[in-house]
Amino acid sequence: MNDLADWKPELLGVDGRVLPVVTAPAEVLSRPGTEVDPADPSIVQLAADLVATMRTSPGCVGLAAPQVGVGVQVFAVDVTEHPRTVTSHGAFVLCNARVVEASRWRPGREGCMSVPDLTGDVKRAGRIVVEAVLPGTGTAVHLVTDAFEARALQHEIDHCAGKLFLDRVAGAHAVYQRKVYL
Amino acid sequence: MNELAITVIGPDRTGIVADVTGALAGAGANLSDSTMTRLGGHFTMTLICTGAAAEDVGKALEPLSGVITTVRAVEPSGSGDQGEPYLVSVHGADRLGIVAAVTRVVAAAGGNITDLTTRLTGPLYVLVAEVDLPPGASDDLSVRLEHAAQELGVEVTLRRAESDVL
Repeated sequence: MNDLADWKPELLGVDGRVLPVVTAPAEVLSRPGTEVDPADPSIVQLAADLVATMRTSPGCVGLAAPQVGVGVQVFAVDVTEHPRTVTSHGAFVLCNARVVEASRWRPGREGCMSVPDLTGDVKRAGRIVVEAVLPGTGTAVHLVTDAFEARALQHEIDHCAGKLFLDRVAGAHAVYQRKVYL
Repeated sequence: MNELAITVIGPDRTGIVADVTGALAGAGANLSDSTMTRLGGHFTMTLICTGAAAEDVGKALEPLSGVITTVRAVEPSGSGDQGEPYLVSVHGADRLGIVAAVTRVVAAAGGNITDLTTRLTGPLYVLVAEVDLPPGASDDLSVRLEHAAQELGVEVTLRRAESDVL
């Protein structure tokens, strides 16, 4: 088991390409992603692509494979710069991730690059334990995190299961048109 | 006490709520339940008021320019809240009849919709409904909603609404 302390995207050993992000109602966003072989070169490339695409998108703290049109269980997260972050594991990519413990449920407002015009109030666990494997090496990861990183992980794991935040909003008045600031 | 059902719809502008509620207060109409929101650039208000005659309220709203208003006397009605609270989310490509098909399935299961919002943004149509269901109806409704969603080509989820009483 590894806690991600020594992992960084450069270890993937391939250059990431910036991919177009698909938006709802794209079919791929609503189908459960398949589990992957983390050592498959195409998955290693996908992991690098997700990081590269996430980094070119302002404010993006996570991106899942279905959002770039690939229906598999891989996602990238980096909440380092976010003000609501408490614990952060930097930039990382996980494959076949599962939430194995969840507690401290709290509401919060979420947006999504694949639902660009709406935000919604969603209750998420403020403390979670996630088990997954790393792309490339396939090393098992046992990740304990909280606050905003926990929310981001749950949002991305939902994408890998074919779910959007719209499937979890807290009520009929919990979906909002995203504001356009002048 | 007599109740009035009032609707006001017009182009959104600063001060529209103050103008309408000011006119109502001036006519002696006491505002109880209301929703006021912007829908597709129109500002819409649906209000239940007490304490004034429909005729007086109608006259008070007349000077407001550019808005469509209706004022009707209605019989007071109980809240009717009963059953188990659930949430239905639907999202997918916009097409004719999504709300009609989904709500028909909910009604057939004895579900009473207590609140419903739809949003259209680009090609994406989103519906979120709060539904009171008879005890034990959720599993069957979930299957029926899934069938309806497949026919419509949209995604649907039915889940228990959580409320924390503090």
